[in-house]
Amino acid sequence: MTKPDSETLLSAKNLTCIREERILFDELSFDICSGDIVQIEGPNGAGKTSLLRILAGLSRPYAGDVCYLNDSISRNRDEFNEDLLYLGHLAGVKSELTAEENLYFNLRVSGYNEFDQRDILSKVNLTGFEDALAGHLSAGQHRRTALARLWHTNSRIWILDEPFTAIDKRGVAELEALFIQHADNGGCVIVTTHQDMGIISNERLRKIRLEYRFV
Amino acid sequence: MKRGISFTQAFFTLLMRDLKIAVRHRGDIFNPLLFFIIVVTLFPLGIGSEAKILSRIAPGVIWVAALLASMLSLERLFKADYNDGSLEQMLLSPQPLQLLVLAKVLAHWLLTGLPLIIIAPLLAVLLHMEDNAYPALIATLLLGTPVLSLLGAIGVALTVGLRKGGVLLSLLILPLYIPVLIFATGAIEFAASNQPYDGQLAIIAALLVGSLVLAPFAIGASLRVSTN
Repeated sequence: MTKPDSETLLSAKNLTCIREERILFDELSFDICSGDIVQIEGPNGAGKTSLLRILAGLSRPYAGDVCYLNDSISRNRDEFNEDLLYLGHLAGVKSELTAEENLYFNLRVSGYNEFDQRDILSKVNLTGFEDALAGHLSAGQHRRTALARLWHTNSRIWILDEPFTAIDKRGVAELEALFIQHADNGGCVIVTTHQDMGIISNERLRKIRLEYRFV
Repeated sequence: MKRGISFTQAFFTLLMRDLKIAVRHRGDIFNPLLFFIIVVTLFPLGIGSEAKILSRIAPGVIWVAALLASMLSLERLFKADYNDGSLEQMLLSPQPLQLLVLAKVLAHWLLTGLPLIIIAPLLAVLLHMEDNAYPALIATLLLGTPVLSLLGAIGVALTVGLRKGGVLLSLLILPLYIPVLIFATGAIEFAASNQPYDGQLAIIAALLVGSLVLAPFAIGASLRVSTN
């Protein structure tokens, strides 16, 4: 369900990815518009993470190109990075720092300078844990520290690799609600997960399926 | 939700973060320093306490130990960030990567280079270094150790993705360290024999300026390759 006035934010053009002499996918093309919630599906080893890393500009595809607003991301990397929020399956949370310091640093490096860390952390149910070292938090709380950034961002393209790992049911529902809200506000969400999404309806969710290939 | 963080703010945010992490992980500061002290103190024990020999080898011993200590601590520069995903976030930050990288190298130098410079004169006493060589020792360390950090960071950036990059790292960066070593020990020896040593200092300063300008670009590009 894309609105008529939606704009193509990110497009993959004939992407080919080869890892360890195995073709993960080739000639893969698709457009992602504002308002889209896209789930990349596929078995382990099908290349979901590789695809997300290529879309985020962290890896280079073997062939093909990724375009942001119809221009290659290698050419307008600065604007693209400003409009991108990527969370890999490594959370980017320092275990030597507290939850609050981690969030502060992540937001500052993304360029935000006015925010209330405690207020944002309360949205991911980390009230009371602001001053706990991230290394002492549970796996789910550790993940939430990273996810907190989603509540304070004006980037339109969200690329999230397994965001629901270690998150409880209520947390997943809150995240899904946030995804819908973000897509309705003109953003797009690209996500990999093996869990079924409960709130986002099947009509709303676009799926891109990657098959495991043996050659 | 305003964005508008100046380059200086971004630089200091990262610098402060790295210093804070190091303070909570004190071993990172003390290990290289301890190594430096142990190596230098072993020389008089191994060679004997004859002042003439010791003062002859003092510049070389101090500089070689400083060089190895700096190399020992290098691996930590990007490894932790690579392992927990913070490095990816830095690569995708709207801030210039060169700036962030420079902040990390500066933090590394403050934690490992600066303590060496502070302790070096004490160790020089132990090696009976000539009195008039002290200013040269401090000057070469001040100008030279940042070069070691900057050049070393290129090697670390290239090998950060490898599981056992240690040996490769030494092979990559030792040749780059040698000019600094030669000119630094040369300057101290000249100073010890009361000759002018501005020439050597000028060359080390040139190396510092050159690597300060060029290394951040090389480090940034190497990190992009390593995380590919």
